[in-house]
Amino acid sequence: MAIGVKVMKRPGTKVSYVRATLQGMALTFRHLFRPKVTMQYPEEKSSQDWTLSPRWRGTHRMLTDEQGRAKCVACGLCPQICPANCIKLVPGEDEAGNRYPLIYEIDEFRCVFCGYCQEVCPEEAIHVGVHYENSEFSRDRFVYDLERLCAQTHPVSTLWDPSDPKGE
Amino acid sequence: MSFFLVASVIKIVVVFTVIMVGVALLTLAERRICAWMQDRLGPNRVGPQGLLQPAADGLKNLVKEETLPAQADKALFMLAPAMSFVPALLTFAVIPFAAPLPTPWGDVDMVVANLPVGFLYILAFGSLGVYGIVLAGWSSNNKYSLLGGLRASAQMISYEIAMGMSTVAVLLIAGNVTLGDVIAKESQSLFTWNVFPLSLAYFIFIVAAFAETNRLPFDLPEAEGELIAGYHTEYSAMKFSMFYIAEYSNMVTASALMTTLFFGGWDIPFTTWDNAPPWTPLKTLATLAMFSAKVLSFLFLYIWVRWTLPRFRYDQLMALGWKVMLPLALVYVTMIATAIWLLHDGLGWLYDTRFALALFALNLVLAVPLFFVLDRGRIVAGSVAEA
Repeated sequence: MAIGVKVMKRPGTKVSYVRATLQGMALTFRHLFRPKVTMQYPEEKSSQDWTLSPRWRGTHRMLTDEQGRAKCVACGLCPQICPANCIKLVPGEDEAGNRYPLIYEIDEFRCVFCGYCQEVCPEEAIHVGVHYENSEFSRDRFVYDLERLCAQTHPVSTLWDPSDPKGE
Repeated sequence: MSFFLVASVIKIVVVFTVIMVGVALLTLAERRICAWMQDRLGPNRVGPQGLLQPAADGLKNLVKEETLPAQADKALFMLAPAMSFVPALLTFAVIPFAAPLPTPWGDVDMVVANLPVGFLYILAFGSLGVYGIVLAGWSSNNKYSLLGGLRASAQMISYEIAMGMSTVAVLLIAGNVTLGDVIAKESQSLFTWNVFPLSLAYFIFIVAAFAETNRLPFDLPEAEGELIAGYHTEYSAMKFSMFYIAEYSNMVTASALMTTLFFGGWDIPFTTWDNAPPWTPLKTLATLAMFSAKVLSFLFLYIWVRWTLPRFRYDQLMALGWKVMLPLALVYVTMIATAIWLLHDGLGWLYDTRFALALFALNLVLAVPLFFVLDRGRIVAGSVAEA
């Protein structure tokens, strides 16, 4: 035959075919009865082996004060630092001179979930969330407005703390 | 005559339905057993334990788009799935699956067509299956499909010979090509099941049967890593599904064949109650259950082996077929024929348990050097070590 196959000189135990086959069959048969590792997703959302990290950066959430108003003071730091340029902010000012966002929208399709907005926020208002179930039926539903950001209830990310790098 | 026609039509409808439903459930069983072996759960969403998954798959395949490659040979492209599907089902027609059923109009043989030449019919139609695959590969006009088809033809022709040779030994014992007579000879006691007097023939047969059905470790025609999906690359929707059904029907038929030729067919071991008249419906049901149990265990073996063993290399496949299986089958038939001649004509023994045990002892003696040589790994190590 034209094709040259390199054949190594190996001891009999290494090249055994029948024994290796039977061992393999025994192994797969034992695995038939092993406990299964599958997590049945919609019913189970976390298991002993798999939980979402508290540092997970998912879709955003805007925290609110006691009166239910967004904590945001429209300082403009988050659209400034956002590398994906996904935050749209139009600041406004009320009679008492308090700044608040007239429009605050985040395009979750543009967002790269870096978490800079949360890090830079002086009021601890905007946060990335520990959350991953975001499916929608249309694209425009992925632009979250202020009302929707405030209505989110999922836990917020703790991000990475340089003074506690391992999260202990 | 009209009773024969009515009974035949009923048998055809029932057997066809049972095989189709069985094949559907087999696809589910394959996926679930594979999952369990990999510590997963497998499809369990559609219906209880996923039992309706095959129905969902079938529905999906029915409504999917049928693609037809522009450069394909249209007629053969359409014909090929049917050509692989039909022989797979036809073969089952001559396999007896239970004891005869008594009715007010006479006993009904529990076999779709009680052919006197049943065994030859199986060999003939078993070989036809390759046409569907080769034509599918060729008519697709795709180099990978063609390679898959070529491999299929080479592989199936190679192993057909070993398979036929191994079954010659069965015929030597049965003395007849009627499958009913083969089963009758086997059902005298547990040890007259051909797997004992002809263990090595059974070994050759099962290896060849894996190759004939294109199942791992012999699934080179559709080796997805090398050939995308081999001969059925260009097929979609129900035409693809037909190949799938054909593969599983082939498995069912091969399992039924192993049961019939080597494991006593519908014979219930440890009792002779089931093989003698008067026939009763209870006997029919019990033997049918026994036959199904045997076939199902072989189907499990198919799935088990598939999810354990890796695929052979092409030269290993050919080396195993021509350098091991064929000479082995030839030598074995010669030796078994000599042994039967000595026992039957020399010593004047009739075929019974003693006869079978004597042959079994011969098989054990032959098996030791055979498995020693096989285990050295010369066959699978590569064919051109000393080039």
